[in-house]
Amino acid sequence: MTMISHDVVIVGAGLTGMRAAIEMGPGVDVAVISKVHPVRSHSGAAQGGINAALREEDSWESHAYDTVKGSDYLGDQDAIEIMCREAPSDIRQMEHWGVIFSRADDRRIAQRPFGGAGYPRTCYAADRTGHALLHAMYEQVMKRRVKVYTEWFLTSLIVENGECQGVTVLDMASGELVAVRAKAVVFATGGYGRVYLTSSNGLVNTGDGMAVAYRAGAPLMDMEFVQFHPTTLKSNGVLITEGSRGEGGILINAKGERFMSKYAPNAMELASRDVVSRSEQTEINEGRGVDGCVLLDLRHLGRDKILERLPQIRDLAIKFAGTDPIEVPIPVRPGAHYSMGGIKVDVDGATPMPGLFAGGECACVSVHGANRLGGNSLLETIVFGRRAGTAVNRYITGRAMPIPGDHHLAAQRDRIHTLMSRSGGERGNLLRHELGTVMNTDVGVFRDEKGLMEAVAKAREINDRAQSLWVMDKSRVFNTDLTEALEMQNVAELAQTIAAGALARKECRGAHYRNDHPGRDDANWMKHTLARWTPDGPELSYSAVTVTKYQPQERKY
Amino acid sequence: MRIEIEIERSNPAEGQPARFETFRVEVPRHITVLDTLIKLKNEVDGSITFRRSCRSAICGSCAMRINGRSGLACDTLVEDELHRFGHLRVQPLAHMPVMRDLAVDMQPFWNRVEAVNPWVETAPEREPAWPVERETLMDQAAVDEMDDTSKCIMCMACFSACEVSDVDTRFLGPAALAKAYRVVADPRDERKQERLTALNEVGGYWDCTRCNQCVQACPKDVKPMEAIVHLRREAINAGLTNTAGSRHITEFIKIVRSEGRLNEGRMPLKMVLSDPKKLLSVLPLAVDMLRHGKLPSPIHPPIPRVKEVRRIMDKKAK
Repeated sequence: MTMISHDVVIVGAGLTGMRAAIEMGPGVDVAVISKVHPVRSHSGAAQGGINAALREEDSWESHAYDTVKGSDYLGDQDAIEIMCREAPSDIRQMEHWGVIFSRADDRRIAQRPFGGAGYPRTCYAADRTGHALLHAMYEQVMKRRVKVYTEWFLTSLIVENGECQGVTVLDMASGELVAVRAKAVVFATGGYGRVYLTSSNGLVNTGDGMAVAYRAGAPLMDMEFVQFHPTTLKSNGVLITEGSRGEGGILINAKGERFMSKYAPNAMELASRDVVSRSEQTEINEGRGVDGCVLLDLRHLGRDKILERLPQIRDLAIKFAGTDPIEVPIPVRPGAHYSMGGIKVDVDGATPMPGLFAGGECACVSVHGANRLGGNSLLETIVFGRRAGTAVNRYITGRAMPIPGDHHLAAQRDRIHTLMSRSGGERGNLLRHELGTVMNTDVGVFRDEKGLMEAVAKAREINDRAQSLWVMDKSRVFNTDLTEALEMQNVAELAQTIAAGALARKECRGAHYRNDHPGRDDANWMKHTLARWTPDGPELSYSAVTVTKYQPQERKY
Repeated sequence: MRIEIEIERSNPAEGQPARFETFRVEVPRHITVLDTLIKLKNEVDGSITFRRSCRSAICGSCAMRINGRSGLACDTLVEDELHRFGHLRVQPLAHMPVMRDLAVDMQPFWNRVEAVNPWVETAPEREPAWPVERETLMDQAAVDEMDDTSKCIMCMACFSACEVSDVDTRFLGPAALAKAYRVVADPRDERKQERLTALNEVGGYWDCTRCNQCVQACPKDVKPMEAIVHLRREAINAGLTNTAGSRHITEFIKIVRSEGRLNEGRMPLKMVLSDPKKLLSVLPLAVDMLRHGKLPSPIHPPIPRVKEVRRIMDKKAK
């Protein structure tokens, strides 16, 4: 059995993971582990932009207010203030590191309007902002010669006496299990979009870090809050950026009506994402949709603007929806997009488990509360990736390398041996399809008690069945059939926490909408949900929301 | 529709050499090659091995050879392939060792990318202190100059399609050189001359044969070959003129300027006269060609109205 050591191990090589790695002090031996090559990470799929109050006439306080309001008052205001205050410096630093931002006439970074924002403060690189940031971040990782283990798959956390001491991983190329001991571990493993049947997320977004941390005893926070992006393609859930509405795109129904005027008369298409998604779903449910979709109309922007600002969107629409937005509107519908919830962390990325840190979409600080604003997720990765790095530097100072026992690796070897030795049973992907269907139907844009009770029971049942999947591929070399089975176990674990949290929360807040409990209930529910793993499913408890200066108000756009 | 797909399967580490396996499967009309592979893996044979993630041509995971052409499986429609070729055959990318089936060992590719030091370099004293008070000012025109190359998703399709890489493992290849141009073109970078000098060597921008395969293969319209041409131009402008490639270009232009067309007899002379070793090596060939009447005369008069050609060239130069 193989055991290697690094001072710090970062799992996930998207924006958060790489940013944290760069922040490690001189002499710190850091390794980044990722199940895909860094530039394949899902950060690169973010399109529209990254928020910061860069301009003199804007202010971080205004950004913070928009974010608090967008979060439907579930975001922790101390954390939001930190993010918005530090945003300009982080973005300028990324600019100096080589990100090619689009430029305004005065040669500064260009900014566009985005949903739920009171000022055009979303910086962008055409419609591939995540890609621009991800590749620039990887350039910095190459420059600094950070050690990256590519295509190593996370299998478990090594915890002894309540302290995190490393991880176990599967080296996919060789099929070998490896224990990596470390003084501190940072999870930056992204979201769980693949819990749902239709999602804008890549197929790798299976919430591995969240599931592994949860099983090891770290609590997950606010898992019931799932963002459904208003504009995803019907055929495959591929994302059409909010930037397309920021640039002036409008939404129309089958009758050609600009229906957002009914739901958000001021902000219209640039209301926050939960509001727009619900409006679309209402139109579709009430029979004013077009083949299960509404229409995103960009035609009036004109050919030149579409080609300059939204070139990728045009390609995607042509390729995957067979429509050229210069000529015809694009059919779109809400699709699972982002997990507001995640591993509970403080403003320095520390989880309640000593030695375990987390950042980015897999973590819940919480800066997004019940609904994330577009342009704030890329921002979170960079601000909190950096802050986690700083905190880890402090944490490991003077700390000795732990000496965990062999049994952690042995347990994983047994787990994988059991999976591999089965010669029949259920296939992971068919089970994932079954789970995704339940989640889409019962834990989607609109929810009620009956559906959620079914979802809770079904998720539990599927989680049990996921323990005895059939892995057809018996090779040791790059066995993606095996890793897909492990991913299925991860999504099944997380689905339970999402459904349980949603069933318990008897109110409407942000992305969580209960048909049977209309209205936000601040008296009883302005609190975070915490889910802890037990053998019988998630155990829920609650914690207070941090309020600094923004008192809850009715949320109107 | 019911289709046939041939997949190249192999597992060298476990002693299984490459072979084609044919699958027959019922698929919807508008399915992509990637979704077909996923369907087969889920429903027929879980051991089919390939990389994939975003399904929307931005992560770059699923590049492979489809009917011999390198590209992304997620943005290639089965229907189009069948229409064009009458069959559907998928193979791993070329120029890298196969790990298993359609997944290759990416290290040779990334070694080339890293070799061009692909990051914007600022002198340490000009690295901004924290908190960073201002961004670099830049024209949108400068951004546009980097637009093509900055779209690269490092999917490796161009490297697989590159014909020079078929015969010369030293060549850095299209993606790495396009990345080099992305940095050279960046007004923030302070190592332009050093980069151009380093890539003026064997394996660098002069070793491209301009076959255009990389431009054809690229799913993001990066046009690597054009970036390579830009690098050559930058190099000549930066005074790096001591290479055969550079001489070829400058002599070509001089001849056209003086005679109004290419003089195929003078051009080779210009190329070899400055290099006695080369002259000796091509001499027997020249004699042979002369004997067979195949050596064009180096002496011929300029075309009529050559001044008009010069005027066009002057105008273009401005």
